[in-house]
Amino acid sequence: MKINQLSVFLENQPGRLSEPCAVLARAGINILTLSLADTQQFGILRLIVKDWQRAQAELEKAGCLVKRSEVVAVEVEDTPGGLERLLTVIEEGKVNVEYMYAFSCRCQAKAIMIFCFGDPDKAISVMQAKGINVMSGGDLLGV
Amino acid sequence: MEIENKIWDKNECLSRDELSALQFRRLKDTLSRAGRVPYYREVFQQCGIDPSNINSLSDLKKIPFTNKSDLREHYPLGFLAVDRKDIARVHGSSGTTGKPTFVAYTEADRNLWADLCARFLTAGGLRREHMVQVAFGYGLFTGGFGLHYGIERVGASVVPVSAGNTPRQVMILQDLGADAIICTPSYALQIAEVIEEMKVDINSLNLKFGHFGGEPWTEDMRTRIEQQLNIKAFNNYGLSEIIGPGVSGECICRKGMHIQEDHFIVECIDPATGQEVAPGEYGELVFTSLTKEAMPIIRYRTRDISRIMYDGCECGRTTCRMDRIVGRSDDMLIIRGVNVFPSQIEEAILQVEGVAAHYLIEVDRPHNLDEVTVHVEMQPEFFSDKMSEMQAMRDRLLHEIRVIANISVKINLVAPRSMERSFGKAKRVIDRRVEKGIL
Repeated sequence: MKINQLSVFLENQPGRLSEPCAVLARAGINILTLSLADTQQFGILRLIVKDWQRAQAELEKAGCLVKRSEVVAVEVEDTPGGLERLLTVIEEGKVNVEYMYAFSCRCQAKAIMIFCFGDPDKAISVMQAKGINVMSGGDLLGV
Repeated sequence: MEIENKIWDKNECLSRDELSALQFRRLKDTLSRAGRVPYYREVFQQCGIDPSNINSLSDLKKIPFTNKSDLREHYPLGFLAVDRKDIARVHGSSGTTGKPTFVAYTEADRNLWADLCARFLTAGGLRREHMVQVAFGYGLFTGGFGLHYGIERVGASVVPVSAGNTPRQVMILQDLGADAIICTPSYALQIAEVIEEMKVDINSLNLKFGHFGGEPWTEDMRTRIEQQLNIKAFNNYGLSEIIGPGVSGECICRKGMHIQEDHFIVECIDPATGQEVAPGEYGELVFTSLTKEAMPIIRYRTRDISRIMYDGCECGRTTCRMDRIVGRSDDMLIIRGVNVFPSQIEEAILQVEGVAAHYLIEVDRPHNLDEVTVHVEMQPEFFSDKMSEMQAMRDRLLHEIRVIANISVKINLVAPRSMERSFGKAKRVIDRRVEKGIL
């Protein structure tokens, strides 16, 4: 149920964001979604792609510092309060959210959130117990 | 403002002969006191010096130099020449190992220290009726306490604000109306900047003069301090190993800092050869204490580069004068008055898991205050997608550098192998202050 995410370290210098993007473009790899976490000194670019192994290899070949980690993709209702209801479930399950961001998809009335949980397995069971749709890799990447 | 010439102690005006005679007498005493220190006892034996039987001042030159490393090797108080119970005070300066170099004072030393500071403060305009705001740090650093005692000795009033919290500093200057300020020159400029930001009318302050030291500065900085604070700025010099502030200071002529030669013998040497340079030529300053009890110090290499002028001064003092410090003979950085060695930063970096020993220290003075950015390479396996973990790594670096080098820096984490590799000695320091001609 977990999705592989690639994180790329970015030094705080002009042009550093475009480098990994250019690498993936040259390799013909489409970025399904991304999020950027930044401080004044450095940034972390988080990516979800279909073929993460190839993407990681290409990025590393180009000299990028890459880390693979597992995140969870969760379906939420694309209506006011949809996210709030989901967060309440997570909160009641006492699972820690390290970070989250929205998955860009074009699907009707549904949105997808990407979560990095302190304990992803527990989070998944808590959410599934409440009938929340946790998406598999195949579901998500087939979007 | 016109400042009248006033001399605190008649010993500042001895003839050369009188001074030499006094120095010789005191040197003999100092060498016999130093003979109680195991390190010096051994040194004297090796170079065949009998402290009780020296013939002239030039015998001093037979004794090898004392280096900062000698003090460090005898940490904490191996250079003590008195009983521990006779110590009245311990101060210290930062060292390369993360441990300070301690210096001790007896009650008489502390008294002497107050007198020496009173001398240069008087030379630079301080009188009993003045109020002085001390914005030097109080602590192991000798600056705060030394000047504090000197002001008290003169009989003036002290406002011991210590360093930091500049808006509050400005408020107190306004409210109490100090006549003089004491701090590092870079902090003086910082205060001036905050005064401007706070839109305080400089003429509403009562400041007339200031005594600045603790770090090297330039004539250009003096001009800016004088214009921005509307004061007269005086330079003074000292280092904890010798006594702290009070080794030398400017008189109203401001043509170099008068060295208190009745208490210190100064030499100026070529740092490479150790040979004395001609008067007026630049070299490394070497001091011998003549009256200190707790820690007499013989031919201490300061690493500070300056020059000594022996021609007379209009103020009437006959003591020689040293020019402002123009540099360091080794790679030590002075960051906001704090001595920092690149090796300290390295040591701090090595304490932190996740970063490599590849680093670059960048020093700049963008807004009158020194700023240090340490660029550090991350180890690949420690890169995390979680910002909290990355911040934690950075915070550990900040903490270690704070503890070991006693300075606050900015950390710039960079990717593995992204820093330039060089053969031989890696370039570890970029000092933009030197490039810009500030230092």
